[in-house]
Amino acid sequence: MKLVIAIIQPHKLQAVKQELEAVDVNLMTVTNVLGQGRQKGVTEIYRGAKEAGGLLNKVRLDIAVNEAFVEPTISAITKGAHTGSVGDGKIFVVDLAECVRISSGERGGVAIG
Amino acid sequence: MNSGDTAWVLTASALVLLMTIPGLAFFYGGLVRRKNVLSILMQCFIVVCVISLQWTLFGYSLAFGPSISGIIGNLDWMGLAGVGAAPSADYGTTIPHYAFMTFQAMFAIITPALMIGAFAERMKFSAFLVFIVLWATLVYDPLAHWVWNKDGWLAALGALDFAGGIVVHVSSGISALVLALLLGKRLGYNARPIRPHNLPFTVLGGALLWFGWFGFNAGSSLAADGLAAQAMVATQVATAAAGLTWALVEWWHNGSPTVLGTVTGAIGGLVAITPACGFVSPMSAILIGLMAGLLCYLAVAVIKGKLGYDDSLDAFGVHGVGGIFGTFAVGLFAQAAVNENGADGLLFGGVQQFAVQGLLVVVAIVFAAAMTFILYKLVDTIIGMRVDEKHEIVGLDLTQQSESAYTVIE
Repeated sequence: MKLVIAIIQPHKLQAVKQELEAVDVNLMTVTNVLGQGRQKGVTEIYRGAKEAGGLLNKVRLDIAVNEAFVEPTISAITKGAHTGSVGDGKIFVVDLAECVRISSGERGGVAIG
Repeated sequence: MNSGDTAWVLTASALVLLMTIPGLAFFYGGLVRRKNVLSILMQCFIVVCVISLQWTLFGYSLAFGPSISGIIGNLDWMGLAGVGAAPSADYGTTIPHYAFMTFQAMFAIITPALMIGAFAERMKFSAFLVFIVLWATLVYDPLAHWVWNKDGWLAALGALDFAGGIVVHVSSGISALVLALLLGKRLGYNARPIRPHNLPFTVLGGALLWFGWFGFNAGSSLAADGLAAQAMVATQVATAAAGLTWALVEWWHNGSPTVLGTVTGAIGGLVAITPACGFVSPMSAILIGLMAGLLCYLAVAVIKGKLGYDDSLDAFGVHGVGGIFGTFAVGLFAQAAVNENGADGLLFGGVQQFAVQGLLVVVAIVFAAAMTFILYKLVDTIIGMRVDEKHEIVGLDLTQQSESAYTVIE
């Protein structure tokens, strides 16, 4: 089991969701986050005081998958979120020690999908 | 001079200002995504600043000044020369000329602001500023002259527009459609509405619009008299009928009565009753509201999706459609018995008035559409109307105003 964490541009969320659904990955958690990568932030001005390069809005996806779904998930996110310029985001894949479905008490791979 | 009339028109002027800021600003501001809310508030606010000055310097003279062949005012009243505390001989003869001028200034302000809904979330701020001044000068001022100046050529034909159905709503609504078509869709728009970021703002703004609209419609009587009260009643019942109609139609058609739909329907009713409110009975006003709610629903929820243009916040669907219908509604429902300065509409035996109202609509549509097209092309060539794709993605608040509306983390 792996946990796929993706940080993407907010306006690409719908496209990424569509790509994920196309490869049968339907369960995910989505959060609004702020981030700073190679893409420069935008200077903000409040009553004349400048604040350089603030953090930019991003969207984070947390998707728990079984091994067979790891590569399809990565390519689906890449396909949906890609524009080719800095700021497109990143995908992290980490090992997942356990997964429990609260309603049934199921554990492990069967609890993921 | 009448102190009661003066007090009412001064109050009504402030009410009409309230329609633009904060009414329209929050109505539109709630409907856009969180990254663009400040751009909407800023556009509404700066319109007040810019057009107040344009109107004082030369706009008022172009619209209401001594007429050159019924086409446009001359510049005799530039910088408000000759406009003062004494009443005008022709406009609002019981109130200070300053009061009439200020009341009209608020109309000149809100009209271009209404168009913001059509190009929300993708117009460059610099281009917006230039376009708005040109549009106010070359579209609004002439049209106001034709319909409302005592020597205007449409006024001479007997056109009836009590509070601005043609001058305000058809002109801005049609121009809004032209702008939406020329500017193109927002990135990622797929013939489906982009979700509003704060509907409570929209309801608040919509409610302030309704409140301020009493100044707009009942104030257009230019006196604290029976006609003002009559316009107020018509405004109230038409708006109520339109809001209720949208809610019920939507309930039947989509399964739920939505708050956004109810508020939108009410605005459609306010728009439609605007040209008619001083000429129709309360029962006619209810019918006008019912039909406006239905027509705006069809325009926004059914037809727009099929045609696929991106009128972001339905400036055309509400103000264009509501305004055109309302202008015809005068030709249908007007009664000389309600207002002796009015006329009898088609339902009361007056064929002529209906034809005049039809001409009024055609002239306004052709003129506003053609001029907006020309002005768009002009400003687009010189400055460029649309923001860069990158700026559109990051949002107009950060890229045009260098501010963000909400902090996620302190």
